[in-house]
Amino acid sequence: MDREKVIIVDNLYKSFKDNHILRGIDLTLHKGENLGIVGKSGIGKSVLTKCIVRLIEPDAGDIDVLGTNVLACDDGELNEVRKKVGYLFQGGALYDSMSVRENLSFPIRRTQFRDKEHDTEELIERSLRSVGLLDSIDSMPSELSGGMKKRIALARTLILNPGIILYDEPTTGLDAVTSGEISELMLKIREEYNTASIIITHDMKCAKIATDSIKIMSEGIFKVEGTYDELSRSDEKEIRDYFI
Amino acid sequence: MAKINVSVIKVRIRGKLMVKEETRNFYNGIFIDLGELIMFTGNVIKQMFHPPFEHRELVKHGFLLGNKSFALVVVTGFIMGLVLTMQMNPILADFGAQTLLPGVIAVSMIRELGPVITGLICAGKISSGIGAEIAAMRVTEQIDAMEVSGTRPLSFVVASRVLATTLVVPLLVLFADAFSLFGAFLAVNIFEDTSVTLFVNRSFSLLGFIDLFPSTLKTVLFGFFIGLIGCYKGYTAGRGTESVGKAANSAVVASSLTIFVIDLVFVLITSIL
Repeated sequence: MDREKVIIVDNLYKSFKDNHILRGIDLTLHKGENLGIVGKSGIGKSVLTKCIVRLIEPDAGDIDVLGTNVLACDDGELNEVRKKVGYLFQGGALYDSMSVRENLSFPIRRTQFRDKEHDTEELIERSLRSVGLLDSIDSMPSELSGGMKKRIALARTLILNPGIILYDEPTTGLDAVTSGEISELMLKIREEYNTASIIITHDMKCAKIATDSIKIMSEGIFKVEGTYDELSRSDEKEIRDYFI
Repeated sequence: MAKINVSVIKVRIRGKLMVKEETRNFYNGIFIDLGELIMFTGNVIKQMFHPPFEHRELVKHGFLLGNKSFALVVVTGFIMGLVLTMQMNPILADFGAQTLLPGVIAVSMIRELGPVITGLICAGKISSGIGAEIAAMRVTEQIDAMEVSGTRPLSFVVASRVLATTLVVPLLVLFADAFSLFGAFLAVNIFEDTSVTLFVNRSFSLLGFIDLFPSTLKTVLFGFFIGLIGCYKGYTAGRGTESVGKAANSAVVASSLTIFVIDLVFVLITSIL
């Protein structure tokens, strides 16, 4: 039986002046799937995920997220879609004027999110427990390490119970041990929250642990797709090079 | 060849997109900025009436912005009143019109100098501060994080700051005016003994409702645009760290210029009336 498609990107184009970044990208993400996207720096991986949540407007193409055409919807509809899509930024993007507790309560308060089973405080504690940082609830972002910031940002992403999470280089700038922990955490979150994810990464250990399949992006399109094992044993040296 | 999608065209027609960078040049840049600022203003005003309302943010920013500028504004006001009185006294003495001195100072400070000088100080201190703060939030992707979680940063980050400056700047002008009159009182007393009652009576003898109403309304507009331009410059800042400095700098320039333009318009209107 076909799994439900939660993101469909069709023939997506995006240029910045004469720099043609996306040249007809097609992508499908299924429910419960962790899809990795790998490619050289500046190739347009982050541009693609930002187009999916319309932080960047594409030049042409179609994007369907959870059954809504995000390029055709108005602000209200777009906000409703965005509430169901979590986005983990490369630097975490924690609100530095707010404590960890306020960072997590902020999306709940602003979106007037209601959970039948949990109140706000319970949701915050549940999210922090998921990332193993309940003790840091009253810390300020400036007091946290890089890895802790990423975990807190992930907890904030989880607070609205998203169906999809977009990870933009979740392990960049972290040591090997913390990277491994974050990668395991992404798997655990999929089990716990039943999410589908797109994981942009340069970290092949992370790709091996956290993804079901990987797409390699080159020259504005996806050149090849497969599992970690398939791609790492590819006949083409250019593909194998990504896995060294 | 790229397939042009109808839905993308619809988005553009609704004016949701900022004008593409490649369209901008030296000649049309100011008009594009103006158009984007008008759209931004419309969205901010819309967000002001959209719940949830951020009362705590409004009070916090009102207090911080007012507190940060209070000392500078009152000291400047005090010195302006003092200096203006000392400069005017010999001129009026030549015409035997020294009794008019408090009134002349009051009219010039309350009508013109108080609002404009305070407005310029706030443009330098508040508008640049807001511009840099929001630009830093943009650079560190905090604004993006708010947008992507559907929390409407335009309401939380921008509307609360614009409302705060709209309320705080008129209050600061009030304090600047009061301290300038205090400075004028001290300066008058250097030349002759004058009681507080006599000084106040002489000060307000030349002032009417027509002086107070436009100057108060003017300060409300100053406050609105100081906040709005600071927010706009910060919100539309680029992604690099240099854009923080650029946003702060251009916020000061644009809001100072706007203060003079608003002042000119008000003077023209009140002259006609």
